[in-house]
Amino acid sequence: MFTTKSGEKIFVVDGHVHLWDGSDENIKNRYGEEFIKCFYDYHKLSPKEYVWPYKKYQKYTDEDFEQDVFENGYVDFAIFNPQYLGDFYHQGFSNLERNEAFRKKHPDRVITNGFWDPRNEEAGLKQLEQDAQKFGWRGVKLYTAEWKGDSKGWKLTDPWSYRYLEKSQELGLKNIHVHKGPTIRPLNKDAFDVADVDEVASLFPDLNFIVEHCGLPRLNDFTFIAAQEPNVYAGLAVAIALIHARPRYFSEIISELTFWLGPDRILFGSDYALWQPKWIIEKFMDLELPEDLAAETGPLTLETKKKILGENAARLYHIDIGEQNKQFGLPVSDKTEPAGTTAPVA
Amino acid sequence: MACLDRREEVWSALDAVTDPEIDESVVSLDFVTELKIDSSNRVEIEFRLPTYWCAPNFAFLMASDMRDAVTALEWVRDVSVRLSDHFSADLINRSVALRQDFRDAFPGETDDDLSAIRQKFLGQAFERRQELLLQCLIARGYGPDWIARASLSELIGLELDQEGIALRNLYLFILRKMDPDAGEEALAFTTANKRPLDNQDLRTYLRKIAATRRNAEFNGFICRSLLSERVKRESVRKS
Repeated sequence: MFTTKSGEKIFVVDGHVHLWDGSDENIKNRYGEEFIKCFYDYHKLSPKEYVWPYKKYQKYTDEDFEQDVFENGYVDFAIFNPQYLGDFYHQGFSNLERNEAFRKKHPDRVITNGFWDPRNEEAGLKQLEQDAQKFGWRGVKLYTAEWKGDSKGWKLTDPWSYRYLEKSQELGLKNIHVHKGPTIRPLNKDAFDVADVDEVASLFPDLNFIVEHCGLPRLNDFTFIAAQEPNVYAGLAVAIALIHARPRYFSEIISELTFWLGPDRILFGSDYALWQPKWIIEKFMDLELPEDLAAETGPLTLETKKKILGENAARLYHIDIGEQNKQFGLPVSDKTEPAGTTAPVA
Repeated sequence: MACLDRREEVWSALDAVTDPEIDESVVSLDFVTELKIDSSNRVEIEFRLPTYWCAPNFAFLMASDMRDAVTALEWVRDVSVRLSDHFSADLINRSVALRQDFRDAFPGETDDDLSAIRQKFLGQAFERRQELLLQCLIARGYGPDWIARASLSELIGLELDQEGIALRNLYLFILRKMDPDAGEEALAFTTANKRPLDNQDLRTYLRKIAATRRNAEFNGFICRSLLSERVKRESVRKS
């Protein structure tokens, strides 16, 4: 819950968080080592006072998470989007058991998503069915750049991927978080291309496709696709971290996104522990678009900020903000449904 | 002295090689880590990228572009280009040394050579440079009618300040790369697909190409930040 200077309470859902283990003990090979190091370089985009020592960054505790996200970070609800990376880490980078144990500790504040990999074919479909029911998942995180043996990635339009999307629909895993990475076959194509999102979003209109990092580094292609597909959403993780180092760039990005997608299809995510929600949210709430951008695409209003920080994700994950506010002893607002032009697919 | 001049020549050849995604020189992006010229005019270049995971197709393009740019210098007898600290460095280095096609570097993982991707990113670089030049011209009073109608010779003949000249040179360079046969009477400004611009709706077009420019700038910033952190990290390790 973030409180504005005028005393208004804002409900916050962090749409992208992790409890990862990139410790030396868990690292399988050079790839695992380079992966966490690369993550650490991204972490350095934080304001200095929020930069952790490398050892802590490799593996942090539940208590670190509780303090940084729930106590200091204004976050009411956190959504875990796991990143398995079984070829790089012995127990996986995100360990599903650890996520679930953490959810049991905070059942009213944590949502865990699962994942699937079409290369697991038939066996993976069965596993997904079991896990989804056991853990009560409402969404999955897909990492198309994941290595698996000789394969260096997959596409949403692969034949087995369609089977998994059908299964997701059947199991009520409506929120498909997609992360793009640079190692998708065929390698000669633009590896970050988001065109496969376009295709599956049209074919599966009942699923929501939340494109993490708003398609970066193909932001321009992404906005073009998202403008046409009402069930495509922008996850702000990574992009919003630029609000500290390059506020002008971030202003340009957010005005572009609100122009093309409207205010109802953008979701806040800190990507914790890459960055801490506290400073991101403070800076985001303080942000006013520079005059030239505001003239071009309209100002970034408090209403829009509230949608991005919590209301949009609450809609996708059936979080009742009114009920939450009651628990916090706050007045229940009747305005939890956004008045956007886009019909929510929830 | 001769040796110094030769180093300068190699640097300047490398300076014309760009990262296709960011449309900036591999030299200004600080990718090149080592340049050696031996007494028999053999050139060795080493470069690294902001992350261990940068897209191998772009890495391959940059490596082969650097090799070709330096090979084009008359006195050069042999060039070796080495990418370091990258997950597919060995495959890329071997293939670039053998002057192979990208398909040979990654057998079975590609379905074509890199010409389509090269063309796509050339188009994006074109849009980026065009947007910068158009914004500069608009700020100096040139309107939609002039922009949609102007010929190449009119653009070349414009009296501009230093900034304008620099932007125009960058634009003309890429325009000639895309369309080497464009005559002086050809339109100065078209879409990347060579369609004429609509003077009634220049605003929408500008919004579109501004997004391309912004995307490149954003990627450029991330790359610079990651590279500088990587360099710091590695220098700590080595010391």
